[in-house]
Amino acid sequence: MERVPILKIGSVLLVSIQVDMQDQMALQLQEDLGQRIVDTGCRGVIIDITGLDIVDSFVGRTLSTIASISRVLDAETIVVGMRPAVAITLVELGLSLDGIRTALNVERGLELLARNAEPDTFDDLDLLGDPETTSP
Amino acid sequence: MALKAEQSERLGKLLSDRSEKISKRWAEVAAAPLKGRLTVAESGRQTTELQVQLQKSLNDGATNLDGPQTAELRAVLTELSRGRARQGFTATETATSIFALKTALYEIGEVEKGDEKALRDYVAWSAFIDELGLFSFEAFSRAREHIITEQSEQLLELSTPVVKLWEGVVAVPLVGTLDSARAQVVMERLLQALVDTGSPYAIIDITGVPAVDTQVAQHVLKTVMAARLMGAECIISGIRPQIAQTIVALGIEFGDIATKATLADALRHAIRRGNAGKREA
Amino acid sequence: MTGSEGPGHQVQAIGNDEDVVRVRQLVRTAAVAAKLSLVDQTKVVTAASELARNTLVYGGGGEAAVSTVDNGVRRGVRVVFSDSGPGIADIDLALTDGYTSGGGLGLGLSGARRLVDEFELDTVVGAGTTVAVVKWAR
Repeated sequence: MERVPILKIGSVLLVSIQVDMQDQMALQLQEDLGQRIVDTGCRGVIIDITGLDIVDSFVGRTLSTIASISRVLDAETIVVGMRPAVAITLVELGLSLDGIRTALNVERGLELLARNAEPDTFDDLDLLGDPETTSP
Repeated sequence: MALKAEQSERLGKLLSDRSEKISKRWAEVAAAPLKGRLTVAESGRQTTELQVQLQKSLNDGATNLDGPQTAELRAVLTELSRGRARQGFTATETATSIFALKTALYEIGEVEKGDEKALRDYVAWSAFIDELGLFSFEAFSRAREHIITEQSEQLLELSTPVVKLWEGVVAVPLVGTLDSARAQVVMERLLQALVDTGSPYAIIDITGVPAVDTQVAQHVLKTVMAARLMGAECIISGIRPQIAQTIVALGIEFGDIATKATLADALRHAIRRGNAGKREA
Repeated sequence: MTGSEGPGHQVQAIGNDEDVVRVRQLVRTAAVAAKLSLVDQTKVVTAASELARNTLVYGGGGEAAVSTVDNGVRRGVRVVFSDSGPGIADIDLALTDGYTSGGGLGLGLSGARRLVDEFELDTVVGAGTTVAVVKWAR
């Protein structure tokens, strides 16, 4: 079975779904991604669904699950590139994709991840009272 | 009601024996009520074409308007009705042109002087011509419906401009009554504009909307939800007091959707939010 | 009713995941042929995906018949899903948002119904379920 490729770019994992996924393929992605987050220590995941011409409740649920799993593994997931027709259909279907953060495109997604990551880093430094930054 | 085979045959014979006379009389009677909007010659071209096809169908043994023998006749009828609809004639005027054949047959066929059989024939032929008339009526209505749809689509195109107001901000100013179809078009266009311009903010300005009902409010809500799914934020501006009252009275939950009094306030809000995001990043 | 059936009537068996994908593709092709707008194509393909999965998961497999239809004014796509599974005991309950008997989100039937223009559900407990949907071009 075909697998959805997961690319590591800097500290972000990029998943670009380009094919009409079988259910099994979506479940496989869910598994693979969890493993890659742990292996790489990445704290941001971007799932690009520009290539998907439909998102049904199964794929929607898989995306939600991936976001939850990532969160448990301390990584933030952002779904980008949803087509207007897909968004309209999801609203009509009654699927709200709770817990998933979205952005218009990969660039905006990266911005969002950066926005969340930086203050975090400073907080960590303050709390730890890192000698290198507190003592002159 | 179908013609008997011999009645069909006799009508065919009459049409071919007295072809020219019938054709001329039909054209005259048909043109009369159109009062010069079509000349006798113009209306004659149409009725003659019908006559030719009718003749052909009858020669092939047609006894009603359903079979394959009358396919071409139906096509000509449809073409005629469609043309009349586009030229602004009424359905009655169009059907009357076809019913005019009855007068022509009655006079040229000298039904009055005929026996009982001739009269029976004429009644049957009339019923058949009524069928042609009804068919043209249907074709006419379909053509009109088509024209109306076309026009309303053009109107939709005109009435829903989506404009880029600022880097990262698009807006759609809605003017006039929003029905369900238009609301849907607006929704699709706005969302597409978000993708095309890469804008994370959309302003829906309803200053020019006199009233909203539940359905329209639902459409706006759905647009906002769809935009969120795509990663963009919608701001609704220009809600008038009456509309605010309606929204509350209808029990529609606008929830945490940003609403601003004016388009300017909404733009300021969007720019501020956009900048805040960038400064943090 | 749904008007006359046009050409291109195709039947796809639903026995596994891949078949669900094939049903989606068939419906997409038919929707394009019937000149549905992009949004309406997306809606009917999504509905078909939900229903095909229902046929597979709850009906134990079955088939989908895809055809284009024409009612004289508009064209459309008609898809009929049938299985010989256990049937649905309480239709109202099955059509309720959020109700699920199989661990899904419970949006399959109710959601699919919202995405199409015509929806007919025939089910006999112990004998099977047939769902027929039509989406018309606007």
